[in-house]
Amino acid sequence: MTAWTRFYRNRLAVVGLALIVVLALSAALAPWLAPYDPARQSLVEKRSTPGAKYWLGADEFGRDILSRVIYGSRVALLVGVLSVLIALAGGLLLGTISGFAGGWLDAVMMRGIEILLAFPYLLLALAIVAAMGTGALNTTIAVGVWGIPTVTRMVRGPVLALRETEYVCAARALGAATPALLRRHILPNVVPGLVVYATLFMANAILLEAALSFLGLGVQPPTASWGLMVSPGRDVLLVAPHVATVPGVAIMIAVLGFNLVGDGLRDALDPRLRGGV
Amino acid sequence: MLTFIVRRLLLAVPVLLGVVFVVMLTVDLLPGDAVTLMLGEHATKDAVAKLRDHLGLDKPFLVRYLDYVGRVVRGDLGRSIQQNRPVAAELADAWPATLQLTVAALVLAAIAGIVAGVASAVWPNSFFDALARLGSLFGLSMPIFWTGLVLIVVFSLWLNWLPVGGAGSLTHLILPAVTLALPSIAMIARMTRAAVLEVLREDYVRTARAKGVAEFWVLARHALRNAFIPILTLLGLQSGQLMGGAVLTETVFAWPGLGRLMVKAIFARDYILLQGAVLVFALVFVVINLLVDLSYGLLDPRIGRQG
Repeated sequence: MTAWTRFYRNRLAVVGLALIVVLALSAALAPWLAPYDPARQSLVEKRSTPGAKYWLGADEFGRDILSRVIYGSRVALLVGVLSVLIALAGGLLLGTISGFAGGWLDAVMMRGIEILLAFPYLLLALAIVAAMGTGALNTTIAVGVWGIPTVTRMVRGPVLALRETEYVCAARALGAATPALLRRHILPNVVPGLVVYATLFMANAILLEAALSFLGLGVQPPTASWGLMVSPGRDVLLVAPHVATVPGVAIMIAVLGFNLVGDGLRDALDPRLRGGV
Repeated sequence: MLTFIVRRLLLAVPVLLGVVFVVMLTVDLLPGDAVTLMLGEHATKDAVAKLRDHLGLDKPFLVRYLDYVGRVVRGDLGRSIQQNRPVAAELADAWPATLQLTVAALVLAAIAGIVAGVASAVWPNSFFDALARLGSLFGLSMPIFWTGLVLIVVFSLWLNWLPVGGAGSLTHLILPAVTLALPSIAMIARMTRAAVLEVLREDYVRTARAKGVAEFWVLARHALRNAFIPILTLLGLQSGQLMGGAVLTETVFAWPGLGRLMVKAIFARDYILLQGAVLVFALVFVVINLLVDLSYGLLDPRIGRQG
């Protein structure tokens, strides 16, 4: 049974995949799906409860929450995908260098990684955003950089191990160039783990961006980011709880989708773990 | 065993120094000139020069770094820009609140998570197990700040059972602690389930059962003790998650802790206070992981022996 078959037989994983597809479609087709312009204000109707006109209600400025949630999926996906790419690219590069070079360079880099991992997750991202300033791009970079240490470690392990194996030594003795070695022998061992990690990382990336935006240190208004939408809802929690709670449901659904797929991928790609998580 | 402990302690030192280095480096990148921030935009050039000299801001980074390390070791973390109080005093005021919150959340998470995880492993694929696994997935996917707000809406606004925010009594602690603990409960439950299932497959468990040992003792004396190490690692890592989550929880519940202080410092561009706050969080995390590391040596004699 191939990995794909295992994956598709896992109902939860398929549900997760469906959620991600919904997210992606929502982001891609936002201008056509959203009933209103997400920035269109209607102060007379502010804080409207969900109803016929505004399906998910309106926020403090009378903006349609459904439209903003749909457009918010763009931010979530964009930040998620770009930050994953940053983390993977940086981690692959550093991990391969570290694993291949060995010796003192490897030792120094590992100490550096340990130091970066010594920071609780939000703090590192907060520090980066505080230094670089707020905004969608900087938030993406902050989230991506946060992922680099872990990917580096994940890549370094197999690179180190494989570097010493007989067939790699034989290949090198035969004069194989390093890039070819990387491609044909080392990467195939590293990729499955990275794929699982990337999916789960996206889930956390969305959460992290939402957290930063909620604090006011991430994406800035008037861009519709789910985390950013929750924050002003705090003031009107008693009279209009939907303003704060609805965007959070969107976050949860998106993150759940990636977690389910990540779990499904892990179970499909490594059958030994299947009895466990 | 002793070599193990000493080695671990020595290895922690460069990490601690590195943490200070990274924090200083990041803070150095903060936009805005520190001196102008402190004296205001209309300060005279003389005053600016004097303060700059006094703070040693013109010196190269390495000199300032070593100077800062020296001062930190002596307990001097500088003076907060906005409050003009020693940073150490500000941190000392806020620290107990965060400690209270994170410890409460950690205890809650450990107990709930481990119990749920063990129960899931002992009765795999039961209704409880399915519920627990689904619940864990949801718990991991819910943003902490949102969970907090939802709990406030339900328990404070609708049911009026618990206060909305602030600190003070035990009732004030319940909602923030539960909010903070939720993702960790989910993670711990999942990992515990996996770890216990893994251990239950081992040969020595099969032997114990074959010997006729009652299932309860199979669990208590054989299985759980061995499953404990990965769980302990996870608890150590979760403390980092909890500290990060504390920032959000404190903001939502207006809990007067370090997290909230840190966010305020960022907005107020009080870089000295920010530096101190981030440092404290990171250092505590390093110490916790060090303790977890050291406890391995105690729990697993094989690790302790290799030193």
